[in-house]
Formats: sequence, structure tokens, C-alpha cells
Amino acid sequence: MTEPAADLQYTAEHEWIAVDGDVATVGITAYAAEKLGDVVYVDLPKAGSTVSAATVVGEIESTKSVGELFAPVAGEVIEVNQAVIDQPDLVNADPFGAAWMIKVRFTELPPLLTAAEYAALTD
Amino acid sequence: MSTLDPDRPGSQKQAPPPAAQPGGGAPEPADAAPDELLSPLHELHVEAGALFTDFAGWQMPLRYKSDLAEHHAVRRAAGLFDLSHMGEIVVVGPEAADALDYALAGRLSAIAEGQAKYSLLLARDGGILDDLVVYRTGADRYLVVANAANRALVAEELRERCSIFDCLVEDESDDIALIALQGPLSAEILRNLEGFDAAVLDGLGYYRCAATEWLGHNVLLARTGYTGEDGFEFYLAPDAAPRLWEALLETGGGSGLVPAGLAARDTLRLEAGMPLYGHELTRQTFPVQAGLGRVVALSKEGDFVGRAAIEEGPAPDARVLVGLVAEGRRAGRAGYAIVLPDGAQIVGEVTSGALSPTLGLPISMAYVDPYFAAVGTLLHLDVRGTRVPASVVALPFYSRSSQDSRSSQDREEKTS
Repeated sequence: MTEPAADLQYTAEHEWIAVDGDVATVGITAYAAEKLGDVVYVDLPKAGSTVSAATVVGEIESTKSVGELFAPVAGEVIEVNQAVIDQPDLVNADPFGAAWMIKVRFTELPPLLTAAEYAALTD
Repeated sequence: MSTLDPDRPGSQKQAPPPAAQPGGGAPEPADAAPDELLSPLHELHVEAGALFTDFAGWQMPLRYKSDLAEHHAVRRAAGLFDLSHMGEIVVVGPEAADALDYALAGRLSAIAEGQAKYSLLLARDGGILDDLVVYRTGADRYLVVANAANRALVAEELRERCSIFDCLVEDESDDIALIALQGPLSAEILRNLEGFDAAVLDGLGYYRCAATEWLGHNVLLARTGYTGEDGFEFYLAPDAAPRLWEALLETGGGSGLVPAGLAARDTLRLEAGMPLYGHELTRQTFPVQAGLGRVVALSKEGDFVGRAAIEEGPAPDARVLVGLVAEGRRAGRAGYAIVLPDGAQIVGEVTSGALSPTLGLPISMAYVDPYFAAVGTLLHLDVRGTRVPASVVALPFYSRSSQDSRSSQDREEKTS
């Protein structure tokens, strides 16, 4: 299984966050993707919508289960990854890269986990 | 992200804990909880990198690498399943046939030696306690295969029901492992298995079984399965199972045979319209509601457990099992409500659902009010608050006969 990437931050809900200025890129971790199995459907919020922290903003379905995508930060969704909607198996193939889900412009970051803290959580 | 709907094949709603520990199984590794049951093939699954799931107290492979790849392998080539958690109960004695005619819904006395039959264990009130495959392995000997979660109950009920007959009921589950080879290339792979007497396959039609030997081990070879494909099931001693597992994978690897987990098994059986106990079949379900009226032999002479209740039948408005194909890509899941397109009235509930890997459509099995069960009826699935249009279709969603042209094309592509 792919280790959590060291340059990302994490949540206990198995999501990763890459921060660039006031924009957070959000995806789900390799651990979450493996638990779900082959992802066959991804539903994401619309670009321009406003999201509140810790609320459900999307869904990730595999053949056998359904995962919810939480917004780890409050703010405005400025970009949505159409590629992962069109090709849901990207979530299994490249969860920390090509399968990013949304970019959110935020004003405040909640406390997040480091890669080591997240890895300890999934041991 | 959080998993919202743990609708896994192992999450049988009414799974009681298993009553007995398996004998002769693999030693438990340190990472398994002490009360988890392990297959004799457990170490091989660990080596293969399987992700495990709890199934009725057993740690069984959910998938090895990819659910979808394993599913497609079974439809196009072959897959290998470890089903050692299933229950095997032997009924033997001069009156074994009469005893099973009384204990089960079907007429088991009518099947010949070497034949298998799908049957039901009914409660006195007509509800389903388990669905079973019964093999007649001798003139006075039957092997009854039960779902893992119901093994103890089935053994107990059979013992009680058969006690007035001259026969013995033995729960041999601890001494029998079960491997299933499923898929269109299964027979070809089996013919190539070193040490296998291929003559056994002659005349071994679907739902037939034969006792054979493989490298000195006794094997009951059955042409049965739960995937909608041709295939074989091997009942054998737990200590012989790892060797057969490895030999089959080695023989079939070049033809596309892969180990397949319970996730693939569940989507395969769903496409084939086969019910799963705890989902489509429950203690509260009458066979006729599940489309299994034909499994109950009301024409057989004498009484059988559940007969009076079955003759009376369920209420006329009792829900019936249907297939649904939804629009879009979002699948109905167990427990989702079915509503009328022009209102909020709930007229049914999904019992199993997935985006069909073979068909690429969201398919579900569901119980609906009989007024809305006709093929072509348009209904709505409530998918977590969103209404998704879905049509009632005939079951199964997939059958290998209707796909024969495609699979023969596949074979031509492979050989050219």
C-alpha cells in the first residue's frame, strides 16, 4: 500500500490536503481508496459553491460501498477535478496525485495531521 | 472520507456467531483476534496480499487486488474462491432420503446419486431459515451445504427433524474445506491439472457431482457454483486444500485464472440474480416472495416442515422480489427505499445493489409491493436523498447463455 506522502497534511476522515497559499487541494488517501475497493462513481460539488468545514460535499462509490467526501476546510470551491468524475478508477490508481477532488479557497485552516500522525492512525 | 454504507458481502444481517471452532485449521497469526475463524488457506491468502473481511466470524478474503479485475476474470476466464467457511452437514442412513423430504422444502428422494439440488430449510411458519445445496453422494448419503452464518442452526434443525428417521446427521464442516473454480475456462483448466483424472468430467453435467481422488486425497467434485458461470467446487480435507489451491493457480494462471474474493463473488451472484441469505432471503421471507416457489415440492407425499404455512401462503399484498435497473451510475444499496415516481409513498426496499461490472448499469434486487412488480414498471430509488429512476426488469440481469456469442468471441481472440 502507498504510504502517506510526507509533504501533505491529513484528516482523521482519511483525506489529504495540500496547501498552496489560501487554496487547499483535497483528495482521499491510498488507505481510504484501498478500503473502498475499485471506485466506480465520484460525485463532487460544483465549482463556485460554498462549503462548510466537516460537512459532506461529495460521494465516492465502489462496487461494494459508498464513501463520503467531507470538506476539511470552509470556503469556496474554486475548481473541481473533472478527470476523476470521468474516470473514477484514478482514485485507486493515483489517490495522492491525479485523483485530487476539489480545490477550496479558505480563510482559516483547522488543525490537521502530519503524515506520521496519520500513518499512526491507520496502523 | 468515511464509509457510509458498509454493504459488504460479510455483513449478513442475521448472522449469529458460529458455534464451533474449526478443527485442523491454520494456526492463528498474532494479528487476528482470538475468536476469529481462519480458513486452512489463510496463510496463502496473506502471502497473496488479500484484504480480509469478517464473514460470520471467519476472516475471509474480500479481495486480493481489484474487485473488478477478479469479477471480469470469472466472466471471461476463471476465478478461484476459498469457501471453506461454508457449512457441510452429512445425512446418512437407510432413511436419509425420507428424512430430507421431511426436513427440507424439496423432494430430495427424487435426485439420483451424483446429482445436486438447490433447496430451502423452512421454519414451521413458512419463513426461510437457510438456502442450501444438497448433493446425493450415495444411495443413503447426502451432503447438505449451508451458509456459514447458519451452519449451527442448520445442523441443529436437521438433527431434530431427522431424529424420527433411521439416519445420522453429522456436522463435518470442520473437516471439509471448499474451493470453487468458476468461469468459462474452468473445465479446460481442470483437464490440465496434473494428477487429475479428466475422465471424471465425462458426463459431469451442471449440478452433478462425483467422488474422485487427487494425489491420494479424496475429493468430492461438483459442477456447481454461485457466479452464473460454468464451474466446479472441490470438497476436500483441510490439510489437502492448500496444495490443490496452489496447483490450480499454477495450472490456470496462463489462461487468466486469478484468486477472487468475496466482493467479486457478491457482484457475480447479484448479476446472476442469485439470492443471498440475510439480504434477499430471511426468516420472514416466504419462498414464493423470493421467486423460489418452484423450490418447494408441494406435490410430494407426506408432511414436511413448513408445509401447512406454505399451502396457506403469505398475505396477498406481501412484497415480491424484483430486479431493478437504474439510470445513471449510482447504485441502489441494501436498505434504500423505493418510492413511486409521482409521490412519496414507499413501495419497496433494496436488498442488494451495485454498479454491475459486466453490464455497466446500476442493478439492484429489491422487494416491492406486488402491484408494482411487473416488468417495465417505472419506480424511483431513494439514493441518499436523491431520486433515481429505475425500471423493473426480469431476473437474472446476466446469464451466460445470452452472452454466449460474446464469450465465444473472447475465446477466439485468446487463441488467435
